[in-house]
Amino acid sequence: MLHWLTLMADSLPSLLWAALVFTVPLTLASFALGLTVGLVAAVVRLFGPAPLAAIVRFYVWIIRGTPLLVQLFLIFYGLPSAGIVLDAFPAALIGFTLNVGAYTSEIIRAVIGSVPKGQWEAAYSIGMSWSQAMRRTILPQAARVAVPPLSNTFISLVKDTSLAAAITVPELFQAAQRIVATSYEPLILYVEAALIYLALSSVLSALQVRLERRLGQYGGFLEAKS
Amino acid sequence: MIRLSNIEKRFGDLTVLKGVSVTVAEGRVTALIGPSGGGKSTLLRCINLLEIPTSGSVRIGEEELAFQPGGKPAWKDIQRLRGQTGMVFQNFQLFPHRTAVENVMEGLVTVQKWPAEKARERAMALLHKVGMAHKADAWPATLSGGQQQRVAIARALAPSPRVLLCDEPTSALDPELSGEVVEVLGTLAAEGTTMVMATHDLRLASRIAHEVVFLDGGEVVETGPSRKLFTHPERERTQRFIATLTQQGQQGEGV
Repeated sequence: MLHWLTLMADSLPSLLWAALVFTVPLTLASFALGLTVGLVAAVVRLFGPAPLAAIVRFYVWIIRGTPLLVQLFLIFYGLPSAGIVLDAFPAALIGFTLNVGAYTSEIIRAVIGSVPKGQWEAAYSIGMSWSQAMRRTILPQAARVAVPPLSNTFISLVKDTSLAAAITVPELFQAAQRIVATSYEPLILYVEAALIYLALSSVLSALQVRLERRLGQYGGFLEAKS
Repeated sequence: MIRLSNIEKRFGDLTVLKGVSVTVAEGRVTALIGPSGGGKSTLLRCINLLEIPTSGSVRIGEEELAFQPGGKPAWKDIQRLRGQTGMVFQNFQLFPHRTAVENVMEGLVTVQKWPAEKARERAMALLHKVGMAHKADAWPATLSGGQQQRVAIARALAPSPRVLLCDEPTSALDPELSGEVVEVLGTLAAEGTTMVMATHDLRLASRIAHEVVFLDGGEVVETGPSRKLFTHPERERTQRFIATLTQQGQQGEGV
């Protein structure tokens, strides 16, 4: 028992370091970039010209229809054959961004569509342009509805970054694997890694609650009991 | 002056307006009445171009725009005309994420680029006028329907439009709540606000409107001063419609 605790304590700094330097930045960067891709993709599908909307639909179809791990392997191990060589971290960043972009585009498309048409008309009736109506009237209302499903994507992403271990990114899970290789204590190390992922996603869950409250302060929503 | 000339509106194969011409003088209130599907809402929405007429022309003050089938007017032209109008909707359509006073300020700040302080001053004056100054900082979700509609009227008036368009402004309200909205609109009418309203509400139309236009099947059936049209309609179709409105009034909502 004491041995286990010592091992956990000894490995904690290197696991936290890997989380801090790779897992967290990879998650934040690919979520921010992916959200931007998703917003653009959603707007194109709702308002863009048909051919462009078809391209976006194709993109979403491919990304959602193939395994994330296969996508990462394609980008990191496959693309060099086509003359495109990427370092592990940028390759992971691109893979996760494309993934987040595809999933969030569907969420954003749905929440923009959920704002009543009358709100567009009200915005137009006081002279707003399309982009003013979008920015000032539609997106703020859509944002409140988007928080729970986008949080799902965000939390999934934190855990999915462990797949980057397979393309040599020395993130949290790979750090645990390396310690296991020398200590032969898989149970302890993987439990410890799991707990750190749990801690990270707990932070996001807590942020979700606060964000929902703040964006929904104007009322008219059914609130969660807890 | 507002002049709609020969307005035709088609949705696919369906012709909703069949060459409607209506003139509204400055400072007058015109009520568009008629059965549902008769085209009164569409006509109203053709004035501020929430619907683009298939053909015909719309003139508000000095601004005029003509429409041709298949031709799309430039955004700038739409804005030029729309800027002359304010609109009140059947379901209020306040921005739920903005307080009452922010709703009224929104057009001034976002579109007209007024400084916030100046916009707030004007918004408060308008809220005062519609009797909602005490709820300036309330969220729309906490207001009654009548209160929401009064804030919506203030919002529509904020940019000083040449004409106030009201699309069934009392239809979503019970008689008591619609009473407070009728009162506010009556005050505005007395002050010389030019208004065009689509309505089923006989109380609203008979009390406020100077002119009435009766639309059925996408055409103007009859038009005239409100007192005359409500009491002595000339056309048989108008008589029948007015009779049903009065009946309804006697049974349900007070006239």
